[in-house]
Amino acid sequence: MIHPSIQRQLHRFALSVLLAAGALSAQVTPDRLVNASKEPKNWLTYSGSYMSQRHSSLGQVTPANAERLRMEWTFQVKSLEKFEATPLVVDGVMYLTEAPNNVIALDAATGRPYWTYSYTPSPAARLCCGIVNRGVAISGDTLFMGTVDGRLLALDAHNGRPVWNIAVADPSLGYAVTLAPLVVKDKVIIGVAGGEYGVRGFIAAYNVRTGDEAWRFYTIPGPGEPGHETWTGESWKTGAGSIWVTGSYDPDLNLTYWGVGNPGPDYNADERAGDNLYSDSVVALDADTGKLRWHFQFTPGDVLDYDAVQIPVLADINWQGRPRKLMLWGNRNGFFYVLDRTTGEFLLGKPFEKVTWASGLDAKGRPIGRNLVPTREGTRISPGVQGATNWYSPSFSPRTGLFYIPTWVNYSSVFNKYPIQYQAGQRFTGGAPVNVVPGTRGVTGINTRREEDGHGAVRALDPATGNLKWEFAMTDVTDSGILTTSTDLLFVGSRDGYFYALNARTGAVVWRATVGGQVVAGPMTYQVGNKQYIAIAAGSALFTFTLP
Amino acid sequence: MFRFALVLGMAGAFAVQQPSNFTPADVEEGSRIFLNSCAACHGPEGDVVPGADLGRGRFRRASNEDELMRVILGGIPGTAMPPSNFSSRQVMSVIAYLVSLGSAKGRQPGNGDIARGRAIFDGKGQCISCHRVNGQGSRLGPDLSDVGLFRLAGNLEQSLTEPDAVILSQNRFVTAVTRVGDAVRGRLLNQDTELIQLMGADERPVTLIRRDLRSVTAETRSSMPSYKARLSAQELADVVAYLTSLRGLQ
Repeated sequence: MIHPSIQRQLHRFALSVLLAAGALSAQVTPDRLVNASKEPKNWLTYSGSYMSQRHSSLGQVTPANAERLRMEWTFQVKSLEKFEATPLVVDGVMYLTEAPNNVIALDAATGRPYWTYSYTPSPAARLCCGIVNRGVAISGDTLFMGTVDGRLLALDAHNGRPVWNIAVADPSLGYAVTLAPLVVKDKVIIGVAGGEYGVRGFIAAYNVRTGDEAWRFYTIPGPGEPGHETWTGESWKTGAGSIWVTGSYDPDLNLTYWGVGNPGPDYNADERAGDNLYSDSVVALDADTGKLRWHFQFTPGDVLDYDAVQIPVLADINWQGRPRKLMLWGNRNGFFYVLDRTTGEFLLGKPFEKVTWASGLDAKGRPIGRNLVPTREGTRISPGVQGATNWYSPSFSPRTGLFYIPTWVNYSSVFNKYPIQYQAGQRFTGGAPVNVVPGTRGVTGINTRREEDGHGAVRALDPATGNLKWEFAMTDVTDSGILTTSTDLLFVGSRDGYFYALNARTGAVVWRATVGGQVVAGPMTYQVGNKQYIAIAAGSALFTFTLP
Repeated sequence: MFRFALVLGMAGAFAVQQPSNFTPADVEEGSRIFLNSCAACHGPEGDVVPGADLGRGRFRRASNEDELMRVILGGIPGTAMPPSNFSSRQVMSVIAYLVSLGSAKGRQPGNGDIARGRAIFDGKGQCISCHRVNGQGSRLGPDLSDVGLFRLAGNLEQSLTEPDAVILSQNRFVTAVTRVGDAVRGRLLNQDTELIQLMGADERPVTLIRRDLRSVTAETRSSMPSYKARLSAQELADVVAYLTSLRGLQ
């Protein structure tokens, strides 16, 4: 027998739960996704909008008041794996993933969880570089998450219950899905990781309601398809070209853009002579059909693992006096590129970091002077195997007009190569480059870093020239993405456990916080009520900061 | 320089040669992993399992780095070699350690006596005026309480006779000069974008704020003298025997 007063309290509690659940029910329509930057209180896609600028027009926090930022709440995850996720925020609810594949819905104002969906991946899953996940996508009231064992899940955003769960690719062959999906209209688009296992990469779209596959684009063309001639023999079957960061979308052109990973085996091209399309390329696909409209290959015939797995940043800016639809790309290979995103035309290319693998680019953006390659004895080459940048989200600020790249400065590896034969599900790299920088979860302390290991930086480039406008240098290398706001603030974390607000025009430090763990994720911002939050994953926790 | 060569006439074996760009930190990390997870079967120097001598690149199931990585990660079904959940980075560290084993094996000193070595360490050698062992001695230099867990005899012998040859990253001495011109010297404990921490001259840890500093200079030579001429070959072997016996407080 429950006492009547307790019963009344329980009813009130149930009512408040219902109200909270009501807040969960907002539908994220295709129109909302197209216009995501017009509702900056929410963060509706991995990169904040289809343009993937990781830029917000929220203006409460400014260079004048940022020094008053303070921690609002922290959410501890249980996983000790690298915490690479960017959360979404939809109408006051945050959707966060925890490695390997748990989804947590939180009250974005307090950090208190509404529900957790736990997923145990198949033990067949094998990943080269961490059993990670970078986030979810949303359509209507359904969340989508790729899994490390090669599946795609749809969950009810109200309660985390599975809606559908489909197999995308065979994890025992090295296929995995680590990226946050991209929803375009009625489709959820993903790609597969596995570039170190001799997979055949693809990008695929699935119906958001049913999970039925709508189209699939293989990043390695099969017999009879254009580009197949850039592979020798049977090498295309194990040509890799994995996809592990989220693409972008231009609604006017109905094109979706994806960066493609390295050819396989990574370091030994003896059996795959040629350009190896579409590895290390950006591909522009019709979002309805998956048909290739254009491609641009950054590193033809790559032997240095220079995946083009960077976020395709779209910008509408004046180019030589007239407005133009552009794509800005700081590549792992050390060059900064500007492309016309309607046609794929190469407009500008310039090193943004030390490059020794090529002497430059020709008029069409193809690298020239390629004298350094992996050898049996080993060859020291810059950028090193992790690249001048990697998957870490860059940012473009339409206000400053600058492009901001997380950069590894003065960094090199020794690349070797050896013969390798494909064995299903086994590593297929043909070399073992030696990276002088300790891993992100290594047991060595940060006191062991030396100058010759290189260091991290935020580099601000002028897209019109590729010239460096300013640099913010860190002691350690960096795995942090970058967020900018319309108040000319830039947020970035560091491996040594700081989270910074910089002046986006000068690079000057405006504010810093210690977050006690490595930042291996991109910051984001949102608003609940009248309060702007800045969120960043660090170590094994998500931190949010607000003004008092 | 990281390279390996197939050893002719030895099927299924390859030699991993000395890489100059594995850092000492890699080797140390690898040694800790190896000694914790592998040495129970393979022995601390990787040569206990019949037919396998890991430090000399003699592997029964691997003929290149990828295959070695596969074996370390996947184990060998039907044998005592289990799969592991190491990161690829950790596996590379283990390989770095195996490489260092190969190079260190050529430097084995003679048989030493642990008790005599300890007496030299505490007495004639004056080692404890800089080093610390199990709570005794100075904090100026590296604590050697468990040095036998991650440094091989050959490495230790080299450190005693050629202290400048290999200085572990975590054992560097630096001098920081403040904006007003004060110099602070000590062993580098930690550094990041904002701070530097040293073990100062009076054995007190010091934290310095980078933006208050004019310069920070790392010393490229060891603060330790060479014992090549100070100790006899037997005495060196005794000290090495003592150091390799140091496995931390059990």
